[in-house]
Amino acid sequence: MTDAAAAGETDAGRTAKLELDSVVKRFGQRTVLDHVDLSVAESEVICLIGASGSGKSTLLRCCNLLEPIDDGAIYLDGVDISEPGLSTDPIRRRIGMVFQNYNLFPHMNVLRNVTIGPMKVLGQSTAVAQVAAHELLAVFGLADKARAYPDQLSGGQQQRVAIVRALAMKPELMLLDEITAALDPELVGEVLDVIRGLKQERMTMVLATHEMSFAREISDRVAFLDQGVVCEIGSPQQIFNDPVEPRTRQFLQRVIDAGRL
Amino acid sequence: MTTPLTRRQRYEQRTKRRSFAIAAASTIVVLAAVVVLLPMTSGWQKVRHSFFDGSILRFSLGHMLGPFWYDVQIFLWCAPCILLGGLSLAFARNVRSPALFPLRLFSTIYTDVFRGVPMVLWITLIGFGVPGLLQSRNLGRAVIWGSVALIAAYSAYVGEVFRAGIESVHESQRAAARSLGMTSTQTMRHVILPQAIRRVVPPLMNDLVSLQKDVALISILGPVEVLRQAGIDKAKFFNFTPYVAAAVLFLCVSVPLTRTTDHLLQRERRRTGATAVR
Ligand SMILES: Nc1ncnc2c1ncn2[C@@H]1O[C@H](COP(=O)(O)OP(=O)(O)O)[C@@H](O)[C@H]1O
Ligand SMILES: [Mg+2]
Repeated sequence: MTDAAAAGETDAGRTAKLELDSVVKRFGQRTVLDHVDLSVAESEVICLIGASGSGKSTLLRCCNLLEPIDDGAIYLDGVDISEPGLSTDPIRRRIGMVFQNYNLFPHMNVLRNVTIGPMKVLGQSTAVAQVAAHELLAVFGLADKARAYPDQLSGGQQQRVAIVRALAMKPELMLLDEITAALDPELVGEVLDVIRGLKQERMTMVLATHEMSFAREISDRVAFLDQGVVCEIGSPQQIFNDPVEPRTRQFLQRVIDAGRL
Repeated sequence: MTTPLTRRQRYEQRTKRRSFAIAAASTIVVLAAVVVLLPMTSGWQKVRHSFFDGSILRFSLGHMLGPFWYDVQIFLWCAPCILLGGLSLAFARNVRSPALFPLRLFSTIYTDVFRGVPMVLWITLIGFGVPGLLQSRNLGRAVIWGSVALIAAYSAYVGEVFRAGIESVHESQRAAARSLGMTSTQTMRHVILPQAIRRVVPPLMNDLVSLQKDVALISILGPVEVLRQAGIDKAKFFNFTPYVAAAVLFLCVSVPLTRTTDHLLQRERRRTGATAVR
């Protein structure tokens, strides 16, 4: 990868797909990520849980370089992508991101939403991009929606289109930020099914989620964030059945009290 | 097949019919009052004679079509230049790169200055001032510099409209586009600008309606467009009816434009899902 070569020397010691090394992020005086370490292996699925405001979204946005970090480093395939002054566009195209509020482009139909990235960023021809898009849409049960506009779709359909839009770029890993949080309860299932499918395809994923039972089911590891710190990280069994940290226990207790687990 | 109306629907229908009847009746009463009572007022004969003289009106309407077409032409070449100028200003005010800071500063000052001075003053300043400087016969034509003044000042207004449109597109759209790997230029071109322009069509139309009327200000520079022609005819007939004829001509263009704007606004409101509360 020429981008990688340009980005700096590969550190042979770093074998993870994505690695955060002591990442600090501040908004003004406020430290939102406080020396966060996290390493995501190839094909691993990691769920980020934690109260709202704990820094899950910020962490994901930093990984995608949508937010510059203040200290530490982020490595993709062992290459420091957080190096100041590095061109961010070639890195972002390798990372897929899906947002809580779908963020589809409302003035484009579904097909255009899905093909614009491959065409403008990867330089694919319209024909090639459209064939690929139709295939992907069919896989996710959206074949008949290609000509529809986002506001003609249900929330679940819109979120599936957003996932397809990210997948059309053939990303090496996916960052998913509370992708079911804006959905009506009966629509959550169809979106979670898509994620189950992606896990079967061995996609590397980092998800911020409030769906605890889903996190338990799909994760290889679960990370509990509290006030910008990765407070505890471990297998889902360990985190949910046998949390070590008192703050993790407290958080899970609150989730249970709210009837969400 | 028609299903019989429910009680509620019948009620709605009756209410609607009644409101329509009331509106029609009150309109007729007011109109009748105007038609009957106005001629009875003491000054009416004089007013009618100097503003609404039938034969002069007919003559003027025909006579001023040519000059009015001149106004329309000025409008037609100014409008695209203004849209382009406005868009450029909006971009210039949005640049973030420190090297381009002077550009940003310039466009900010430009906008303030051109919006802060009455249009008539710009037309006088540029329309009389620049030809005096140039002393060239071709470049000295008043209509050219009048148009330049209109374009320069209106670009400032339209630039602000575009800028507001660009800023109204939510940050999350930018994040979505950038996360696909689009450059900031691609993001602007394919994601932000198309949405911004759609939103500012109604306010832009408003500015175009004003422009269409302000074209007449060029008359102070001398070209025989409709307002000046009306002035000439007024002097000829010792009568104000030519001005009324000019007004009628302007209305013929601006009323359809305004109605279209309202229609677009309403469609936008419907699209965004707001309904009127009774
Ligand atoms: N753009 C921003 N400017 C200032 N503060 C922010 C910004 N984005 C997030 N924050 C703050 O950072 C903290 C973490 O936010 P976030 O990452 O969205 O948490 P989560 O996704 O876990 O709910 C919150 O306190 C939030 O107010
Ligand atoms: Mg969040």
